Amino acid sequence: MDFELTEEQNRFKREVSEFLDKEVTEGVIEESESGLGYGPHSWGLMRKLGAKRWLAPSYPEEYGGLGLSYIYRYIVHEELDYRNALLVIRGLGMIGVDMAGPIILRYGSEELRREFLPRIARGEIDLALGYTEPDAGSDLSRIAMRAVEEGDDFIITGQKTFNTGCHFAQYHWLAARTGPDAPAHQGISMFVVDLKTPGITISPLWEMADKRTNEVFYDEVRVPQRNLVGQKNQGWYYMVRALDLERMISTRHIERLFEELIAYTKTTLKNGVPLSKDPCVRQKLVDIAIEINVARNLVRRVAWLQDKGIIPTYESAILKVFVTELYQRIAKVGLEILGPYGLLRKDSKYSVLKGMVEHHFRASFAPTIGGGSSEIMRNIIALRGLGLPR
Amino acid sequence: MEFSFTEEQKLIKDAARDFLEKECPSDLVREMEEDDKGYSLELWRKMAELGWLGLIFPAKYGGSEGDFFDLVVLLEEMGRYLAPVPFLPTIILGGLSIQSAGTEKQKQEFLPKIANGELILTMALTELDLNYDAAGINIQAIREGDRFVINGTKLFVPYAHVADYIICATRTQNSGKKEDGITLFIVEGKNPEISFTILRTTACDKQCEVVFNRVKVKEERILGKYHEGWTILKNILEQATIAQSALMIGGAEKVLEMTVAHAKNRVQFGRPIGSFQAIQHKCANMLVDLDGAKLATYEAAWKLAHGRPCTLEVSVAKAWVNQAYQRVCANGHQIHGGSGVMKDYDMQLYSRQAKAAEFFLGDTDFHREIVARQFDL
Repeated sequence: MDFELTEEQNRFKREVSEFLDKEVTEGVIEESESGLGYGPHSWGLMRKLGAKRWLAPSYPEEYGGLGLSYIYRYIVHEELDYRNALLVIRGLGMIGVDMAGPIILRYGSEELRREFLPRIARGEIDLALGYTEPDAGSDLSRIAMRAVEEGDDFIITGQKTFNTGCHFAQYHWLAARTGPDAPAHQGISMFVVDLKTPGITISPLWEMADKRTNEVFYDEVRVPQRNLVGQKNQGWYYMVRALDLERMISTRHIERLFEELIAYTKTTLKNGVPLSKDPCVRQKLVDIAIEINVARNLVRRVAWLQDKGIIPTYESAILKVFVTELYQRIAKVGLEILGPYGLLRKDSKYSVLKGMVEHHFRASFAPTIGGGSSEIMRNIIALRGLGLPR
Repeated sequence: MEFSFTEEQKLIKDAARDFLEKECPSDLVREMEEDDKGYSLELWRKMAELGWLGLIFPAKYGGSEGDFFDLVVLLEEMGRYLAPVPFLPTIILGGLSIQSAGTEKQKQEFLPKIANGELILTMALTELDLNYDAAGINIQAIREGDRFVINGTKLFVPYAHVADYIICATRTQNSGKKEDGITLFIVEGKNPEISFTILRTTACDKQCEVVFNRVKVKEERILGKYHEGWTILKNILEQATIAQSALMIGGAEKVLEMTVAHAKNRVQFGRPIGSFQAIQHKCANMLVDLDGAKLATYEAAWKLAHGRPCTLEVSVAKAWVNQAYQRVCANGHQIHGGSGVMKDYDMQLYSRQAKAAEFFLGDTDFHREIVARQFDL
């Protein structure tokens, strides 16, 4: 066992931290809080990180990384999460760098690797997830969007929903059905699709936290064969693996909120006494502190597994369940401590902590659903972690 | 970062499991619950032969120089089998106290005998108000010539009735800070001036009331410095708390395994009940609790073993393990159904002992308070 970073890793962390202190500007924060996704400031930060090869440090050097172990990506991820608390769950560049990239690297053709990985690593492009459909949510095996081979192309038709990021990413990490007669899990393929291809219509959907997501319609969209990832009809397995990787969630956005709450309770008086001395408030905060410490180790374990080149399964499900549910608990505790002031939005008269808690409360409902619901996570833990029968 | 055991630790773990699987069946645990002494002398001697009792001591005192994390690996296995032996009181509360604060003479006198299984030790710490803080130590040791006289009652002292020596925490100075003026004495256990009452507890463990009735102790039996016992205790209590957490995660893991096995075997409505999501999600929650508890314990143990400051991590671990073990047992019982509450089944052994373990060395609120102070709340 070893619960600390190496000296080298700590030095890297300090460098990244100092860099982000400078580069996570008001503009970046505003974009992240807007819910609209990346604007010019976010893209600027992506490219600056990319130029230092810090966006995907664990990619091989020939594909734009530094050839470092996964821990270095985890360090960047944590530092971003801490500063971009309101991006909530998905840090900058996560779909491209952490989900699509590793699958392309492992299963994609050399042509595909050369085409996409360096641009992902340089922060020039990002991908948007194209999994969920109106009738394929937790049961992704029911994906119905059809991809039919025609010459050198696939012709893709169908509908996706809750595809966050399609309005600012350049590419779609798309799952579509190529084997309609095969068993459900064995007829899906993965594609990388240019979102500007004719026949794609993206229309906005708005989350309760004012975050934009999208419905995406494909009407006979022509996608070249070479944009097929790995083997035809193996998409389900790539998709599941990428999801295991997506569940690398840091606790840093929660730690940030916790720090703000602690500071607030120390400086806010109730009957002449700081809230931080109120026994009920103290117990709530202490329980959150304990759970953050427990959660941090669940995160570190998954980072360590990935560092060893092992794709985590039930371990990342445990992490996801714990961290996303903890996020809901801290949002609830935060609101209880703030009382009605906690309801005030950032731009309201009398708002406190820049409306941070209010926003987190509204943002805390989605994470236990997206990326695999808590129920699906518990199924994975029971079936894959404990070997219980189906 | 590294989240796996070393090869050596794996060997300790495997050897401990093989041994305890054979030598510590649950029937022995049941038998010792009814036994007056409450521990198996045979098991204790075999543990001495295997070198477990000296694992953490220096070689010159008959030990094998393991580090604190090695001990945690061993304790986890002992917790898995609810091993009925006074290991934590003797080795940690007794042995490690002497190793860390004793004079050379005291170390030579006690450590080799602890390592070879000749001596049982314990620590008389808590009193009627059951406070693990310095303020909880109030029984007096008053100097009379070249001796000290100890008077007062200690409560919930584990295995005191069979202890050859008791490390007694006393107050020797009543003014000033509560942390000052505490002195530890190594007191002979088999002493007509000490009386014991075994308390009858939920767990049927052997926790005692110990009454010191003008017990006379020579000055040379002071452990550490006069008035400065708290600095020793603070350290030992952190180690003992993590040792206790290690015992508890071992027990919790066993409960989860028994429960999963039961869920796979028990057929109702024509299917194993483990195929129902109502059962699966309870089991999943048990694993979430267990993994969180294990990693929190390992983190604190690793920091202790490497001399890092770890007051926060120790209390996070015990506070979380306390809660997690109770939830694991509650879920385990629910899934075991009727069999879980039967005395013939093991489930109820664990849930009763888990409850006692929760209170020993600081309950959840006690450790919450320490965490609160770490954040200046």
